Amino acid sequence: MSALSDYRRREESITMSSEPVGMGETHELLTLNIGPHHPATHGVLRLIATLEGEVVRDIKPIIGYVHTGIEKTAEQKSYWKAIPVVERMDYLSYYFNAMAYCGAVETLLGIEVPPRAQYLRIIHLELNRIMSHLVWLGTSALDLGAMSMFWYCFRERETILDLFEMSSGQRMHTRYFQVGGVIEDIPAGFARNVQRFIDEMPSRADQYADLLEKNEILLSRLRDTCVLDEQTLLGWGVTGPLLRAAGNPWDLRKAAPYSSYDHFDFRIPVGTVGDNYDRFRVRHAELYESTKIIQQALNGLPEGPHIVEDRKVALPPRHELATSMESLIHHFKLVTEGFRVPEGECYYPIESPRGELGCFVRADGSAKPARVHMRDPSFVNLQATAPMVKDAYIADLIATLAMVDPVLGGVDR
Amino acid sequence: MPDQTGLEALAQQLSEALAGSVLATSHAHGRAEIQIAPEQNVAVLAWLRAQGYSFLASLHGVDYYPHEPRLGVIYELLDMRNVDRVSVKARVSTDEPSIASVLELWPGADFPEREVYDMFGVRFDGHPDLRRILMPEDYEGHPQRRDFPVGGEPVLFTYNETDGYGADR
Amino acid sequence: MEVTRQPDHEFRSRQLMARDMLRGSLEGDDLDRYVEQAVMTTTLDRAVAWAQGNSIYPLTFGLACCAIEMMSIVAARLDIARFGFEAFRASPRQADLIILSGRVSMKMAPVIRRIYDQMLEPKFAISMGACCSSMGVFNNYALVPSDKFMPIDVHVPGCPPRPEALAHGILKLRDKVQGTDREGWRERYGAVGTEEILGA
Repeated sequence: MSALSDYRRREESITMSSEPVGMGETHELLTLNIGPHHPATHGVLRLIATLEGEVVRDIKPIIGYVHTGIEKTAEQKSYWKAIPVVERMDYLSYYFNAMAYCGAVETLLGIEVPPRAQYLRIIHLELNRIMSHLVWLGTSALDLGAMSMFWYCFRERETILDLFEMSSGQRMHTRYFQVGGVIEDIPAGFARNVQRFIDEMPSRADQYADLLEKNEILLSRLRDTCVLDEQTLLGWGVTGPLLRAAGNPWDLRKAAPYSSYDHFDFRIPVGTVGDNYDRFRVRHAELYESTKIIQQALNGLPEGPHIVEDRKVALPPRHELATSMESLIHHFKLVTEGFRVPEGECYYPIESPRGELGCFVRADGSAKPARVHMRDPSFVNLQATAPMVKDAYIADLIATLAMVDPVLGGVDR
Repeated sequence: MPDQTGLEALAQQLSEALAGSVLATSHAHGRAEIQIAPEQNVAVLAWLRAQGYSFLASLHGVDYYPHEPRLGVIYELLDMRNVDRVSVKARVSTDEPSIASVLELWPGADFPEREVYDMFGVRFDGHPDLRRILMPEDYEGHPQRRDFPVGGEPVLFTYNETDGYGADR
Repeated sequence: MEVTRQPDHEFRSRQLMARDMLRGSLEGDDLDRYVEQAVMTTTLDRAVAWAQGNSIYPLTFGLACCAIEMMSIVAARLDIARFGFEAFRASPRQADLIILSGRVSMKMAPVIRRIYDQMLEPKFAISMGACCSSMGVFNNYALVPSDKFMPIDVHVPGCPPRPEALAHGILKLRDKVQGTDREGWRERYGAVGTEEILGA
């Protein structure tokens, strides 16, 4: 038989009829290792995927590749020196990490944060939420093949980072939040720049929607893929936009308001189907809501101190050091030893861009925390990826991973 | 949070339902905590779950060195309907650190339990895949115990680069 | 400044000279002068280094916080494509620069070493940020400094470094690849350690 006729024979044997994929015993299982170095895993996540043809039967996430021992390091530092360390856990929502930790320490100390500090915190938290969602949107769109979204999202991200730099001097890991308030009042012109940004942001978000939501490829990759119902998600401990996409309006900003979130009027976007498209839509809609919160906080920004007056906790202003011996002593004491926190335990949950971020702090009466634990939403949410992608295509695995939005720094800590 | 009386009432009901399960209660900084007997943890959590505390918000370990029993496993439970939190603490000693897994109540306890095992060495009986999660699998020791050294290396500067790890280059 | 264009008489005469040379009628001093004007001599090594330094392909490899800042150097504000470094490759076999952007944990170090071994020569490494250069604020049980398991060409300080700092590090690497003598300040100043010896 000549080579040509063999080819013809094989060509004719191809039928165009579709068969159900992954059924029957003839299909072998294939174990595929994805990561830890893989561009679509958003960091150093490793997935052991069991495939049957192109269908994912099971995945096992293997984590710990950026385990930094931050919780242990925080135990070696005095309370206020641990703030920069915990900020580096979930590196896209550093203000939230600092907020959870400071909130826990403030609860243990029994400090009431002044209203101006609470409002300043909210402005920065919500800017951070927008920033985190922008990085998510840009990189997720990149995974789905929409290249230009990355540039648009990072353009707005740079604007937000400029604002952070203006108020604190750093782009990332700003350490702006301090136990008892914020480290410094906002500089002149900050409010104007924030105003300019939030005037612009809704129209930018509209542009993103125009780019993505009329894209047939993106829609067919997201719609009705990897649906998981609300009860299953709750069993897996999932919170945040993933839970809201499944129809549960659980948001700690509304349910248990902290840092005067109850002063603001905003809505909680909720999905109806619980598929990847809803996860995308919920986060996208949160961009607008965060903008609204910032606008209200900026308009209603109260006058007053930006940090508590208690000199045992907050550093005295610089000019007092030259005139007051007492201030000098407080300053010396704070910088060398730090403040002592009475014995106790506290769990302080807040709503981070990814879900419930809880900080557990145990104080043993000394100037260093005896235990700091972050309940990071990425760590818990990542578990739900396996039930989500079961019996889905491997292309949907990439899309789902993008929509789950795990930040590996938060997963591994 | 349940207030002081609410917590006492809850603990009272709990100890009536499961004799000997409640060891202590504490209410401080707006946080209600029930300390339970570690061998009854699954029963207690199932009971609390039926009372409405149906969401396991967090599961983490604590080392109470030098107090005995040293290790603590803390379950932060959340009642989403009434927006109410209660924490359940079980203390185990380092000699026989084991407690039953709550995976059958909440599948989401999988990673947190593995983390507590990895960092504190508490074995969770009934966990199907109890391996190290964050540290390499051949690692020895449980790094977040308080008697574990924090580790680290001297930072290389030009004055000490000849006697550090770069000396052979 | 006003720019006016002068008719290039030089150009016409060089054209004629080139025609003469091709005909073979250019001889002696005229030929020497022509060759000196028209030919740039260099060694092959230098030419290769010039090309190499201007077209480095980095590896798409992010570890932690610094990876986000590494992403922003390809974004619009600090477009690294201006220097020819924008072609990020996902496979280590196609890349010749690995940027260690973030903290290197004990579990990750063997993986990184393996990725580095898979890269083809010539290959370069930038250690970005304090964590992977010196373990930074987290000097603890979980981390490994990157110098310990692989050679690093450029360390970029910062936590995380600004994108500009990383771009500066990349340009320093380009200088190193091209062999331009801007590094080696210690030899140049005769310095031992961090102090300078004046008059050496």
